[in-house]
Amino acid sequence: MGVEGIGARVVRKEDKRFITGKGRYVDDIKLLGMTHAHFIRSPHAHAKVKNIDSSAALKMPGVVAVLTGQELVDDKVGNLICGWAITSKDGSPMKMGAWPAMAPETVRFVGQAVAVVIADTKNLARDAAEAVVVDYEELPAVADIQAAIKSGAPQLHPEAPGNQVYDWVIGDEGATDAAFAKAANVVKLDVTNNRLAPNAMEPRAAIADYDAAEEHFTLYTTSQNPHVARLVLSAFYNIAPEHKLRVIAPDVGGGFGSKIFIYPEEMVALWASKKVGRPVKWTGDRTEAFLTDAHGRDHITHAEMALDANNKIIGLKVKTYANFGAYMSLFSSSVPTYLYATLLSGQYNIPAIHAEVVGVYTNTTPVDAYRGAGRPEASYLIERLMETAARQLKVDPAQLRRTNFITQFPHQTPVIMAYDTGDFNASLDAAMKAIDYAGFAARKAQAKSQGKLRGIGVSCYIEACGIAPSKAVGSLGAGVGLWESAEVRVNPVGTIEILTGSHSHGQGHETTFCQLVAERLGVPISQVSIVHGDTDKVQFGMGTYGSRSAAVGLTAILKAMEKMESKAKKIAAHALEASEADIVIENGEFKVTGTDKAIALPMVALAAYTAHNLPDGMEPGLKESAFYDPTNFTFPAGAYICELEVDPGTGKTSFVNFVAADDFGRLINPMIVEGQVHGGLAQGIGQALLEHAIYDANGQPVTASFMDYSMPRADDLPSFNLSHTTTLCPGNPLGIKGCGEAGAIGASAAVINAITDAIGKNNLEMPATPDRVWRTIHAA
Amino acid sequence: MSTVKLTVNGKAVAVDVEDRTLLVQLLRDHLNLTGTHVGCDTSQCGACVVHMDGKAVKSCTMLAGQADGANVTTIEGIAKGDELHPMQAAFRDNHGLQCGYCTPGMIMSAIDIVHRHGGQLDEPTVRQELEGNICRCTGYHNIVKAVLDAAGRMKVSQAAE
Repeated sequence: MGVEGIGARVVRKEDKRFITGKGRYVDDIKLLGMTHAHFIRSPHAHAKVKNIDSSAALKMPGVVAVLTGQELVDDKVGNLICGWAITSKDGSPMKMGAWPAMAPETVRFVGQAVAVVIADTKNLARDAAEAVVVDYEELPAVADIQAAIKSGAPQLHPEAPGNQVYDWVIGDEGATDAAFAKAANVVKLDVTNNRLAPNAMEPRAAIADYDAAEEHFTLYTTSQNPHVARLVLSAFYNIAPEHKLRVIAPDVGGGFGSKIFIYPEEMVALWASKKVGRPVKWTGDRTEAFLTDAHGRDHITHAEMALDANNKIIGLKVKTYANFGAYMSLFSSSVPTYLYATLLSGQYNIPAIHAEVVGVYTNTTPVDAYRGAGRPEASYLIERLMETAARQLKVDPAQLRRTNFITQFPHQTPVIMAYDTGDFNASLDAAMKAIDYAGFAARKAQAKSQGKLRGIGVSCYIEACGIAPSKAVGSLGAGVGLWESAEVRVNPVGTIEILTGSHSHGQGHETTFCQLVAERLGVPISQVSIVHGDTDKVQFGMGTYGSRSAAVGLTAILKAMEKMESKAKKIAAHALEASEADIVIENGEFKVTGTDKAIALPMVALAAYTAHNLPDGMEPGLKESAFYDPTNFTFPAGAYICELEVDPGTGKTSFVNFVAADDFGRLINPMIVEGQVHGGLAQGIGQALLEHAIYDANGQPVTASFMDYSMPRADDLPSFNLSHTTTLCPGNPLGIKGCGEAGAIGASAAVINAITDAIGKNNLEMPATPDRVWRTIHAA
Repeated sequence: MSTVKLTVNGKAVAVDVEDRTLLVQLLRDHLNLTGTHVGCDTSQCGACVVHMDGKAVKSCTMLAGQADGANVTTIEGIAKGDELHPMQAAFRDNHGLQCGYCTPGMIMSAIDIVHRHGGQLDEPTVRQELEGNICRCTGYHNIVKAVLDAAGRMKVSQAAE
């Protein structure tokens, strides 16, 4: 490992601009003649749009246009799409209602846009929006799963009777029933996975700029995947063909899944910029983020686990209802199915699993992938079940897990996934040692003497990342392939540009991706730059989500590097009059092994571009590209243990220690990996203790600002105690598994297992607020 | 419209703004100082924190007119040329930022915290003092480390002055 190579804790190259206020986010960009958009949004959860009167608004100063959903229809702009087709157990395709970018007839959630005001300034657009009169006819609404599935419930979409999108199954029902028939013990659990608002700190924003002469659009947008945005906007929304649409995602202030999707606002901004003949900018405020960014989680589940007399799990049955909100967002259908139920085996050898998932429409904001996307819900369920089983069977929860760990790899689960490698005992050992698990009983007794209830909770998670092998996801209904592309450009002076289809919105790619180059060529990372986030610069890419950027994106870079190095070695061998096989790359030089003959990279690059003396038949230049499609998912796994105290007088939880032992395979930059874990843990703990996106029975959001929705703050969280165990991923040449989501996947169960251990009562829903904990302690 | 006269990052400026203009809008839209961010509009997240007459304020929650005559420092004004402020350097060295959006407000709040507490800072104090700044990326772990690190560096650099 060099000082800047793989495994080095290199401080981030991108930080200078962020710490000096020179980051360039979408809202920082101004274009000449730019107008500002303000959306008029439904205050009702379900209503008919009877009339929109914009006559008064149009007379106001600075107002350029007021555009409505009907005009979108008239201009044949397409509806929003869901990109993953799920088939119900009866063989029927999922049942979806249309989602127009602005509603021409019916609104189905509070915050759905019906019209947009375009004006010279943001304030003038807001003023004019106040003067637009929308006549609504309110309809009855349903806000939660139970209400939506009742017979006689208000119906959202005629296409989906009973508000049911699909009723999907996975696994072998007969084998699972047989396992339960011979079980020595059955453990049952009902679990609610609370709805969350992603809340990237940068609100979504878009600037659309139409060039009438070239019939060309440019869109600056807060996207995790600008090429996918361009593809969807072109192929499905009829905005413009791909070569007439450039999508730029500059610095993006966090995503967590919420910026994967193509939302109504950027579509409308593009369409409106052509209509008004000027650039159109929209920047959401925080309440708009709560109302319109796709939410996460929101499941209710009943699960049963069958165990034999030796406490070995022999079967698992799961029935989950997933709330999709009012419309099917881009990848929503895959989240509670292929990203959830396929992980229900957890770290355990479970011979028979059967899961049924019912997707449900409600009059709420659409729900889609949020950090972890399905895998946190699976992990939470399994780890709550394990804890419940240990309590019911009166065995140590860590030992029950060990009894059931998968120890032979590869391991085929009954729910599609084939785990490639892992060492679950090693990560549990590391976590138990870090928290001094053996000494817990004494600490609990000590806390008790001080009037505090101390608890400890284990969570052993596994996730499927490195998303994803294209053929596999295609066979499961995905509308896209999930490979990644890369291009390596060595300039004539020897500096290097890496073009990647991954997108960094906090992950530190501008540093970690350079570290691979430093490792292979021995050049300083200052000589390398990473180019991303612009469809005019990078040919194509699938973006960043699903902990895929290192496992898939960086592997694509490696493949392109290998091609470039191969050509460069030929040039070096020719110049040095040596055999290509004898050339090695060290410290930025191409050397003839065992001699002092060498040629520096810039000289090789210059030779490639001057082309005065290249091997016969060789093309000039030094630029190579690669597409990399993984052969399997990757399987990061680990053990989290949380120790905490509950004040029985107030129900308040205080952390004593939180340890995380993760196996991410090879780490490129441990400092950045740790940062990813910290952030994920905070989101998992936030779900467990604080966060809940709440609607009242009429579908009115109760938590639509940071004054109502409890975001984790510095004094809500502990410092974390991290460690790593390592099994290299055999599926990619770098041995990388991915680290972006683990914390959010594993943390919630550790916290709830610890609180329920502390208070001696097993049933406690998230978020475990002091009020809820106090009531649980004192319930009869 | 009113003319607001103030000093921003050491430069005297006079800006004609609508009376309802917020200080953050004056900074971002009129002076092109886009390092100061808006994250919540309700004084909760602290992405908009700047210093006014030496104290941390949330620039999304005050009118530009209220800054008339004041001395305002933004994230763009704390480095001395190429030499980073110790707090900026500590955020970089401790990986106290990821997406960077909350970072300017965090750094401005953190400098104010160190100024107010001097060398008496410990982890619980930093965590409590950062209550008005929300970060979604870092889980605060490395931000807390950065602030404590910078507190030491600022003491050293003050002693050297």
